[in-house]
Amino acid sequence: MNLHAIRAIYMFEMARTGRTLFQSIVSPVISTSLYFVVFGAAIGSRISEVDGISYGAFIVPGLTMLSLLTQSLSNASFGIFFPRFTGTIFEVLSSPVSYVEIVVGYVGAAATKAMMVGVIILLTANLFVDMRIEHPAWMVLFFVLTAVTFSMLGFIIGIWAKNFEQLQFVPLLIVTPLTFLGGSFYSIRMLPEFWQTVTLFNPVVYLVSGFRWSFYGQADVSVGLSLAMTLVFFVACLGVVAWIFKTGYRLKS
Amino acid sequence: MPPALQIEQLSKTYESGFKALNSVNLTIERGELFALLGPNGAGKTTLISVICGLVRASAGTVRVHGHHWTEEYRTARRLIGLVPQELTTESFETVSATVNFSRGLYGLPKDPARIEQILKDLSLWEKRNSRIMTLSGGMKRRVLIAKALAHEPKVLFLDEPTAGVDVELRRDMWDVVRRLKASGVTIILTTHYIEEAEEMADRVGVITKGEIILVEEKNALMRKLGRKQLVLQLAEPLARLPESLTAYDLTLAEAGDELTYTYDSQGERTGITTLMSDLREAGVHFRDLQTKQDSLEKIFVNLVRQSQ
Repeated sequence: MNLHAIRAIYMFEMARTGRTLFQSIVSPVISTSLYFVVFGAAIGSRISEVDGISYGAFIVPGLTMLSLLTQSLSNASFGIFFPRFTGTIFEVLSSPVSYVEIVVGYVGAAATKAMMVGVIILLTANLFVDMRIEHPAWMVLFFVLTAVTFSMLGFIIGIWAKNFEQLQFVPLLIVTPLTFLGGSFYSIRMLPEFWQTVTLFNPVVYLVSGFRWSFYGQADVSVGLSLAMTLVFFVACLGVVAWIFKTGYRLKS
Repeated sequence: MPPALQIEQLSKTYESGFKALNSVNLTIERGELFALLGPNGAGKTTLISVICGLVRASAGTVRVHGHHWTEEYRTARRLIGLVPQELTTESFETVSATVNFSRGLYGLPKDPARIEQILKDLSLWEKRNSRIMTLSGGMKRRVLIAKALAHEPKVLFLDEPTAGVDVELRRDMWDVVRRLKASGVTIILTTHYIEEAEEMADRVGVITKGEIILVEEKNALMRKLGRKQLVLQLAEPLARLPESLTAYDLTLAEAGDELTYTYDSQGERTGITTLMSDLREAGVHFRDLQTKQDSLEKIFVNLVRQSQ
């Protein structure tokens, strides 16, 4: 195991966060605060409670998930796309580093940054609403698993993308809608029956539901199913990453 | 002791069907400076990329200090340093950060003293805290060399390292290359500046259309293929070449004051003695003479032309 290499890649990626501290940390905090003002205070004052939880507190897990997903995706996709774009990836590909080490370095750094933002959002939310975490261990499990899985998905997008447009395409056109329609801001039980069934095909539903359960003990789908679906998604991403390195897809001709 | 580099039957056909390398065999001994010459698109960069693991080979093997380059990729790659042709550098990182990153990638612990030495050798020490994007092209090239040296490689690939670099910097860089060679590093160099290969290389290889068409010790090559010229500065200008001298390979300068005789220095007879007596008989006197040898460049151009 080339631990020095993992450390080098990880620290290199983390250093980028240090340079772009404002975008990395401040902007998600501002946007989350805006969500709380608009959804929590303005709209939430008209929706008193969902499943016995104040609306403001109800949306905290969903909002955290939303940030965790988008941050994981953008960090990881940019982290691997940029060296491909500038050509500096040659150094990583020609060094004595295994594929596992490359993935651990890039995905690890992207997930760490996303989790940092997630924690900051939870702390920010704490200023606006009263919230509680009933199952902290489960909460951490969903938190970490989601960050790592979506960082891997971001890594895949960063390798697949041929240009900056494609890099934005998946997060903007697929992941954001899935997140908004994934029960971040509502319980899927509030939907008409037909749409409840459709929603079950949305993987984000399981993440948000499981995560919210770890806070309030309330879930749209059972927590076991949530965990199983998260793991399925994790393994799927792992499989694609393994395939990428086996074939050298868009990395080696 | 296995050679620095042993390449056997190495072929690469790209998906487009383009055959970039065709059964390349090449052995490079430890400590030598090998210059790989070839026209654009001949396969130089592909060859380096396949050895360094950036491009997959279609067939063949490479061994670095005896280590198989894919089966023992960790050992093999740790021995190799690569300075690519393109100026592919980070933009926002500092010089010292990017060089330290390279050392870490190769699995080595931090060594500030070593990095300081490398940066000083390349005149980068003053710029160590500068962001790379603020550096000139020549300085970026040095950064790439520093990165390639950060893990103390035993085999160094320099892919056109002096392309687009000014004369002074180029000279500096050759000093660095000489020092590396003196320290026992094997250097494989591709270049467009043939006079550099001529000055520095121990051996020269010529590649064209993905095939190595010649590998020869530089001096032997120049002796073997070199044609020499004898230039005579005439005492009095000639209007045209005398009839008696037309059998010789002679050219008269336009001003008529210089006569150039081309001959093969390795030939059985150079023809110089008879030329001299014939000149005297024809009443042509000269006040000075000099001989010139063909440059490697001319040899190279002739070789590539022949193979086409």
